[in-house]
Amino acid sequence: MTDQTLSSSPRLQVNLVGLSKADYRGLPSTLCQGCGHNSIASQIIAACYELDIVPEDVVKFSGIGCSSKSLNYFLNRSFGFNGLHGRMPSLATGALFGDHTLKGIGVSGDGDTASIGIGQFKHAVRRNMRLVYIVENNGVYGLTKGQFSATAEQGLTLKSQGTNPYMPVDIAWEALVGHATFVARSFAGDPKQVKELIKAALSHNGVAVLDIISPCVTFNNQDTAMHSYAWGKDHEVALHELSYVPPAEEIMVEYGEGEETNITLHDGSVVKLRKLERDYNPTDRAEAMRVLEEANRCQCLITGLIYIDTDQPSMVDIYNLPDTPLNRLPERRIRPARETLKKVNALMF
Amino acid sequence: MSALQPLVQEIPPEEAHYKVNDFSITVATVNGSGSQTSNLTILRAIFKMGVPVSGKNLFPSNIQGLPTWYTIRVNKDGFLARRDEHEIVVAMNPATFTQDLASVSPGGAFFYADDIRLPINRQDITAYPMPVKRLVRESGAPSNLRDYVANMVYVGVLVQMLGIDLDKIHQALTFHFKGKDKPIDLNYGVVQAAARWAAENLEKKDPFRVEPMNATQGLIMTDGNTAAALGAIYGGVHFASWYPITPATSLAEALMEYLPLLRKDPETGKNTYVVVQAEDELAAIGMAVGAGWAGLRAMTSTSGPGLSLMTEYAGMAYFAEVPVVIWDIQRVGPSTGLPTRTSQGDLIFTHFMGHGDTQKVILLPGSINECFEFGWRAFDIAERLQTPVFVLSDLDFGMNQWMGAPFVYPSEPMDRGKVLWEEDLERLGGEWKRYADVDGDGIPYRTIPGNRHPAAAYFTRGTGHNEAAQYSEDPQVLHDLMDRLKRKFETARKYVPAPVFDYQGGAEIGVISFGSTITAIEEARHQLAEAGLKTDFMRVRAIPFNHEVRKFIEQHKRCYVVEMNRDGQLQQLLTLETPDLATRLISIAHLDGLPLTARLVREAILAHEEGRND
Repeated sequence: MTDQTLSSSPRLQVNLVGLSKADYRGLPSTLCQGCGHNSIASQIIAACYELDIVPEDVVKFSGIGCSSKSLNYFLNRSFGFNGLHGRMPSLATGALFGDHTLKGIGVSGDGDTASIGIGQFKHAVRRNMRLVYIVENNGVYGLTKGQFSATAEQGLTLKSQGTNPYMPVDIAWEALVGHATFVARSFAGDPKQVKELIKAALSHNGVAVLDIISPCVTFNNQDTAMHSYAWGKDHEVALHELSYVPPAEEIMVEYGEGEETNITLHDGSVVKLRKLERDYNPTDRAEAMRVLEEANRCQCLITGLIYIDTDQPSMVDIYNLPDTPLNRLPERRIRPARETLKKVNALMF
Repeated sequence: MSALQPLVQEIPPEEAHYKVNDFSITVATVNGSGSQTSNLTILRAIFKMGVPVSGKNLFPSNIQGLPTWYTIRVNKDGFLARRDEHEIVVAMNPATFTQDLASVSPGGAFFYADDIRLPINRQDITAYPMPVKRLVRESGAPSNLRDYVANMVYVGVLVQMLGIDLDKIHQALTFHFKGKDKPIDLNYGVVQAAARWAAENLEKKDPFRVEPMNATQGLIMTDGNTAAALGAIYGGVHFASWYPITPATSLAEALMEYLPLLRKDPETGKNTYVVVQAEDELAAIGMAVGAGWAGLRAMTSTSGPGLSLMTEYAGMAYFAEVPVVIWDIQRVGPSTGLPTRTSQGDLIFTHFMGHGDTQKVILLPGSINECFEFGWRAFDIAERLQTPVFVLSDLDFGMNQWMGAPFVYPSEPMDRGKVLWEEDLERLGGEWKRYADVDGDGIPYRTIPGNRHPAAAYFTRGTGHNEAAQYSEDPQVLHDLMDRLKRKFETARKYVPAPVFDYQGGAEIGVISFGSTITAIEEARHQLAEAGLKTDFMRVRAIPFNHEVRKFIEQHKRCYVVEMNRDGQLQQLLTLETPDLATRLISIAHLDGLPLTARLVREAILAHEEGRND
């Protein structure tokens, strides 16, 4: 396919690593037309393309559900592991130790993360594994045809399910409480913001939780539902206008004092946060909690980079590993020398 | 021996009447009181005297305050299984005093803390009081340590009364306290004082003595969990994830103790390993499967309840063909069962664990040396077969001290299995399929994340898949996939450890077992042979069984399958394997939480042999 495109389009655009956008594609989506997840997959493709990431440097993980299927629809040239329901975080944690130079992208859903997998989610967050953890959050179970998920709002009425009597789980809040070092919320209907957040997340040295409201057009897209396109569009309040500047790229536009906050990430890239209606400092955890609580009360969809801490070591940093990936170490570097066994036997009383 | 034998006291303590290096000691204490240190000290001192010895901790599922027993068997002929008889009993626990007194074999010796003021109503034993409180007080031990060193009193008394070498006690304490002078001196001081007191105040009236031998020189002594951890380290383990559970915890802890000593990268001095304490067993195996998929030698260690939780990822690893090693240190089930008691009850569950058609490869170590060997070999087998490999040890191996030959360095270079790296893909022009059976052995080729060749990546899933790893609902594709996995399991037969045999020559009957029951069986077979009943022996070391297993059953009219579970799980699996020979397989399955005794095995075989009417 790539060859055909090349021959038919001599002016094919490529990025700095010589790849065209097609090199980042996945299989055609089998999700419903208009599904928010497809839009997110497109933004993952765009972000990786624009960041000149070689697909072989990325490894993808997912659990079970519509969200987890979407792993198929981007980065065909990356290794992927579609694991078990709610168990993506443990799988990714182990796998990313194989080659610590790889970038991990995990895609999960609200059922996968907030119900069956909430334990693994919280622990992956607390360990600060280097992983972009995207939750495609639509408030329903799609693959099993429209049951409430744990993020569905209290009072939500669905055709075949009646009215949800329970309070919802707030994924961004859980991440924040769980000491996540990067917490963002976005909306599949705001692709530009999604893309910039993914770019920033890919540069973060630790776990980056992206709670993305991703409407389910089949089961939960009534205008009054909090996970619908219409509701999101009407109620989105962006904390800031966010743009990502790769390392070593000159920052072109300058805003006035107090109009912008720049946050430098691990790899030297910068997240520029341009002030909108309010001052917001995403490095203040208490402020982040307050904003989420306020969003709850005023029933609005707060989006943007809610919290970031660039000072914490990632899980990989803690283990003092060699630069050579563990999965490339030859036998002589992982099997102790013969003479050591004599000493070991001497230790066995 | 009659229970009404004349008082032992009347026997003159002459050499001829001594019972040397052939008896069992049981120590009854309160758990959490530091008695383990005392018991290990006695065990190790006797071992260092060159006398074959074993120790088994029969402990409660509790931190502090409940009764616990430790049995030491001293046997010059090297039979080291647990026995029901206790010639020497040490009673430190008022709560079990009466029961402990009753448990002394006729003619035996009973050592008791003299502050326990309960009647001693037996005339057929020798009873020795020990002034534990007084000796501890006089030792000058700080008050917060008095309870701990109190147990050193019986060590000192036994040293004197049995003839245990004080120097060896010092060696044992030095080992236990890792050379730290203060605790060594404190404890050794109490031992010395107690020995002195016994020399001055007790008259030897029992016949039991330890005398130096030459039978343990050059041997090591350790527990199976330490052996397993060391084996894994020599097997190049990169990644171990675990969740605390008795009796498997000490395996992971041994990894954490020895990895820093043995696995600094020779080139950079950095760590070539990762150990993660997971949030539960679901995550422990999830991490290990992720790591195994990413080309690491990955393992997790657990026991029955944890194994139940690991079922879903184990099923996935089987279907998606991910190498991973899972140690199961078996304890009594079902459910929480008896967390501190031993069993061989997970064999059938492990073999079939997971929904759908699955077959799991299982290794069955039968000594601490095999715990070490299977520690490294399990990775070779898992990576060769691209499948989860389970190693079933048990609490008796895992947590008790066993003598054994020194560990042997891996005899073969690592087998990393069928892995394609960049240069391999280059050579193949990028043409390969993850699940294609190129070699006809059912084992496909795999690539590993981090391989930067543009054709390297594939998509791993727990759903049905074709040779190119794409989702498929095609009936033929599913049929072929399941068929290939079965073929791979056939291939596994030649990679797993073969059984070991011991023939007595001309035997009509066979004995079949696996794992830690070996000591009881060796002794029972010796006793049966002395009584005129010859037996041949096969110890199975892996599932799938290799062809020799069938041959052994064919060679014998009757095969007694001995195991520590209720349902005869090995016997059931052998029946499935050799249905035409099923009537030859006779189950001797026994589950009471304690390691088997030779008597139990012997009597069960004899009862069956005598009851036959063919």
